[in-house]
Amino acid sequence: MAEVPFAEATLQIFRGNREDGKTVDYRVPLVPGMVVLDALHWVQSHQAPDLAVRWNCKAGKCGSCSAEVNGRPRLTCKTRMDSLPLDQPITIFPMKAFPVIKDLVTDVSWNFSVNRKIPPFQPRAGVVWKMDQRDVDRVQEFRKCIECFLCQNVCHVLRDHGKQEQFGGPRFFVRTASLEMHPLDGVSRAHVLKEELGIGLCNITKCCTEVCPEDIHITDNAIIPLKERVVDEFYDPLLRLVRKIRSAKKI
Amino acid sequence: MTSRYEVHEHDVLIIGAGGAGLRAAIEALSQGVRVGIVCKSLLGKAHTVMAEGGIAAAMANVDTSDDWRAHFRDTMRGGKFLNNWRMAQLHAQEAPERVRELEQWGALFDRTEDGNILQRAFGGHTFKRLCHVGDRTGLEMIRTLQDRGVHLGIDVYMECTITRLLKDGNRVAGAFGYWREQGRFVVFRAKSVVICTGGIGKAWKITSNSWEYTGDGMALAYEAGADLMDMEFVQFHPTGMVWPPGVQGILVTEAVRGEGGILRNKNGERFMERYDPKKLELSTRDVVARSIYTEVRENRGTEHGGAYLDISHKPADYVKRKLPSMYHQFLELADVDITREPMEVGPTCHYMMGGIRVDAETAQTSIPGLFAAGEAAVGLHGANRLGGNSLSDLLVFGRRAGLAAAEHARGTETPTIDYSHIDESVQQMLAPFERLDGEGPYAIHSDLQTTMQGLVGIFRCEEDLRRALSEIETLKERAARVHVEGSRLFNPGWHLVWDLHSMLTIAEAVTRSALARRESRGAHSRIDYPALDDAWGKKHNVVVRNAGTMTLVEAPVLEMPDDLKQLLAEDSGAK
Repeated sequence: MAEVPFAEATLQIFRGNREDGKTVDYRVPLVPGMVVLDALHWVQSHQAPDLAVRWNCKAGKCGSCSAEVNGRPRLTCKTRMDSLPLDQPITIFPMKAFPVIKDLVTDVSWNFSVNRKIPPFQPRAGVVWKMDQRDVDRVQEFRKCIECFLCQNVCHVLRDHGKQEQFGGPRFFVRTASLEMHPLDGVSRAHVLKEELGIGLCNITKCCTEVCPEDIHITDNAIIPLKERVVDEFYDPLLRLVRKIRSAKKI
Repeated sequence: MTSRYEVHEHDVLIIGAGGAGLRAAIEALSQGVRVGIVCKSLLGKAHTVMAEGGIAAAMANVDTSDDWRAHFRDTMRGGKFLNNWRMAQLHAQEAPERVRELEQWGALFDRTEDGNILQRAFGGHTFKRLCHVGDRTGLEMIRTLQDRGVHLGIDVYMECTITRLLKDGNRVAGAFGYWREQGRFVVFRAKSVVICTGGIGKAWKITSNSWEYTGDGMALAYEAGADLMDMEFVQFHPTGMVWPPGVQGILVTEAVRGEGGILRNKNGERFMERYDPKKLELSTRDVVARSIYTEVRENRGTEHGGAYLDISHKPADYVKRKLPSMYHQFLELADVDITREPMEVGPTCHYMMGGIRVDAETAQTSIPGLFAAGEAAVGLHGANRLGGNSLSDLLVFGRRAGLAAAEHARGTETPTIDYSHIDESVQQMLAPFERLDGEGPYAIHSDLQTTMQGLVGIFRCEEDLRRALSEIETLKERAARVHVEGSRLFNPGWHLVWDLHSMLTIAEAVTRSALARRESRGAHSRIDYPALDDAWGKKHNVVVRNAGTMTLVEAPVLEMPDDLKQLLAEDSGAK
């Protein structure tokens, strides 16, 4: 563990609510291996007992403690203080793409409503419950998602253009991919992808992939193959006809 | 008066949305009743998400000799025969079907060569029995259950804390609580209530548990007049992280040992050879935790007061594939590459074997209409839980609780709520804002953790436990005068006040029970009574509320039928 060159750090934390807010500086003593969430907890128990922060596992497994640290969307439980420049204040803001409730806590309820639009897993008729690890591996990548919503937060379709009504966002393309590519699933979600989740709006800038704390290749492994499925289903009449006739096994 | 809070109505109200709560909700919904589920966090963040190693179920996919009898026998032996035998039997018999069901709902487990669900070895299990998804089994399980429940149509009330169960005469009538976000109060009227709120790890300083684990459900049930039982049995998981300080207590999955990890002390000695030469690292958790603790106490610990756990003899690719989150956790938080060097580990407060006393078949408590399942309930695990038996517990008894709660609701009239109780609760919740002096809740919580860590830990003695009781008494007095700053809008300080109330209640129950049991059994080790005592092996400590005072009574361990006794007497046919 590297020695910490500073005894203290300054956190510049957004304090406020939906209407109004400002940053407030807090001095925090450093200990080896400290993460930003530890520092926030220190502020809570010593200086600002009502500082609102969401967290659960503090081990990178639940995806609750997302925030923007020095302008970068991160899990605060996995962001080490010694990885940040400590000679200047560390800014901590709530995720920008979601409405602020208070301080670092945002209203992420929209995500839960998007999830309801996605048809659940449905096994093919007469399926035998055997699978190859190889086929499972491909899908397990998507199922690693801890729903931290950092990918949603940085997606410019949501963050800058506010298209929450028409667009599902990377998280729910990953979710859909995990169902579509399930080796035994028997439903097509191409229509939902096109009409309800607006996958066409994604122009593959890969911002989502860059921030994913689980290193899911969101763009390459989930979004692009799903876009191809939509193209096949809606824009390739021959393939569509063949599919219909054979009620083909899914890839 | 009703303008001060909203009212929701359900046939079945479930408190807690981890594995047990979600499984209960799914079962109750399939019975055609109206189901609501309340959780303190966002949906999908409950503690189940952190479960790593796997679900124990005798599916015999890898070791074909396995069957429910062997699983039953391992569970009873691991629990030092203090388990409710009927729960252990139901659990062993029904777990495989519950796992298959998860798969049919879309869960994707790791596979065997021939395409079945892969199973791994774990402490105390005679056969390879844990169905798993790398080291993130809990995430797969909660996501599967969550999506199943949402698509079936459960009403989910997220970020809502229940502070009181409401009763109509003797039976349950619903629950009172507040929205964490806005701080408004809320009343749920329900014919059946199922408590699935998990454990109490946050009362200890070094714990693998999240902030949610404050014993709420146990405290709610106790205050409503239900029995708590076996509260002295707190599981310290042998392997939590010990360095750096900020990560202390974070879980290191038992799957590291299941996959071949070796424990050594600072002298390089494989010390488990001295404590359990047969099972070594795959001994039960109580034994491994005590062994590590003893090595450290006798100055054979590592630099930061733990033991070395080494998996680096396995190929790096294998480690990254089977233990991906451990690999990242150590690399990112501790600068340790586990494919090349050992981890430093030590015991961390992990699980509560004790809990709300329930009927084995229906999960009903002594209060009509009140049910409990999962870690909040007691019975399956006896004096020590085997790894992997928790996830299967959630599924088996979550389902049973949901089924029985729906049946109870169908045969019951809508209860009447006594609104004076609600007014009383509102006053109680607002009082910390109105006090002008008094301290905040954080320091009291921290002091409680110090007390429990130091005096009610792995090894206990009468003197320490008595001191702990008197310290808890002082902490209760401080908590009664607690003051909160700020508004009711998402105010963690205010939230902690009620969590602290629950923790203090349950910490007292643990300490009183630990003081009463003058023997060492499973996870309860008394240095002043270091041996098993047959007389204590026949009885449980039951905690009841008697005229407002916490009281302990003894209850006999249920007598097992002869065929099961016979089963236990047989050799396990271990490898």
